[in-house]
Amino acid sequence: MAVELFLDLNSQPCRSVYIFAKKNNIPFEFKKVSLMDGEHFGDEFGKINLIRKVPALRDRDFCLAESVAIMLYLADKFKTPDPWYPADIRQRARVNEYLSWQHAAIRLHGSKMFWLRLMIPKMGVDVPKDKMDAALEDLNASLKLIEDKFLGDRAFIAGDRMSLADLVAIVEIMQPVGSGLDVFEGRPKLGAWRDRVRAAVGEELFDEAHRTIMESQEWVKAMDGSTLQAFKPRILRMFM
Amino acid sequence: MELYLDLVSPPCRSVYLFAKALGIPFEFKLVELLAGQQYTEEFGKLNIVRKIPVMKDGSFVLTESTAILMYLVQKCSASVADHWFPADLQQRARVNEYLSWQHLNLRAHCSKVFLLKTLYPFVMGSEAPKEKMDVALEEMKESLNLKISLADLVALVEIMQPLGNGVDGFEGRPKLMAWRDRVKKELGEKLFDQTHERLLDAKGLQQKMQNNSQLQKIKPMLQKFFH
Repeated sequence: MAVELFLDLNSQPCRSVYIFAKKNNIPFEFKKVSLMDGEHFGDEFGKINLIRKVPALRDRDFCLAESVAIMLYLADKFKTPDPWYPADIRQRARVNEYLSWQHAAIRLHGSKMFWLRLMIPKMGVDVPKDKMDAALEDLNASLKLIEDKFLGDRAFIAGDRMSLADLVAIVEIMQPVGSGLDVFEGRPKLGAWRDRVRAAVGEELFDEAHRTIMESQEWVKAMDGSTLQAFKPRILRMFM
Repeated sequence: MELYLDLVSPPCRSVYLFAKALGIPFEFKLVELLAGQQYTEEFGKLNIVRKIPVMKDGSFVLTESTAILMYLVQKCSASVADHWFPADLQQRARVNEYLSWQHLNLRAHCSKVFLLKTLYPFVMGSEAPKEKMDVALEEMKESLNLKISLADLVALVEIMQPLGNGVDGFEGRPKLMAWRDRVKKELGEKLFDQTHERLLDAKGLQQKMQNNSQLQKIKPMLQKFFH
């Protein structure tokens, strides 16, 4: 029985898991969980992940949450090529360092930008300019650290080869891009790295994984804002 | 090996506790947060992110406590018992799952309580909003039910944080208390208490912060964090 991956490709950590599994030809069953439709609040999904977040993995009776944990599990179980999570102690440390830092930094800031630009206005709430400016400042600070500290003069975060760190980084950076904010503009170094990552992943797979988020401006426009009302209190508390 | 630490910080405590409990030799380099030492030019050269803990092993500089912990496990694998970071696929996955989840959950909420109660009044000049702290407190969660691993260590130091100003997350939670006692016993009670001495010395912390102009450098960060 193949591994089941519970995913919604609008979610950044779902994209990294999806790309990782596909790129490494890991057999899995794609189980769609539509976040916008609140499917993560259903009874069935609650049995798989108590925390009610995606991505989630089910391998027979073993359930696992958290994209980083899931990818490390898959990497170990399916013996993926070394560069993804290098055995070398220093290279591995560089990957771990990025995977740790990114949670409270680019992940947070990129997510926030997506919500402030697209989703919160759709909920009928105005985003004050000072909040938007502060969010942009935070995002820019994270992007600068990615360029200056984590990439430096290297081709990829851990060195010459693409690793989990680059994959996790790119999916988060693409989130604000999906909302119409081109973060690569004026950042040639970041753009060059993105091109290398896209080539390493495979352009077709990369684009396929990002299709829905890149179309988000359209589908948000078309969606019925009332479906979002259930999330409103939580979202406003988190981001406003 | 050098470890740049301030035991007021939870991720510094997990690194310190692990290294000490496992007998890994290191030089303790104090970076006093409440005196703003993370803002010196010298420290900025070591770590551009201006956070601790930082590890320097020869010429290799590493930040992020979970990365440092895993580095120590890998480097000292011969003398680190398996349960800290199990080789078993599923058990390791559980530890990784917790270490990933905790950044934006337990760590975020416990830090917030501490910052609101201890730091906020000194830097902002007024008491922090009660409702924000109540919300943060509500969201603290229990840890996994495994033999002690890095997950327990990282969880416990975070839950200890609000105790720095008398907010006892263990009160009324016998299961959590029992877990805390198991972790303490595994590490060594004396070591655990000594590690948390500075955090629990409220008067000492306040004295340090009184009339400390360097502390004002934290103001923009705090304002952003809470507004």
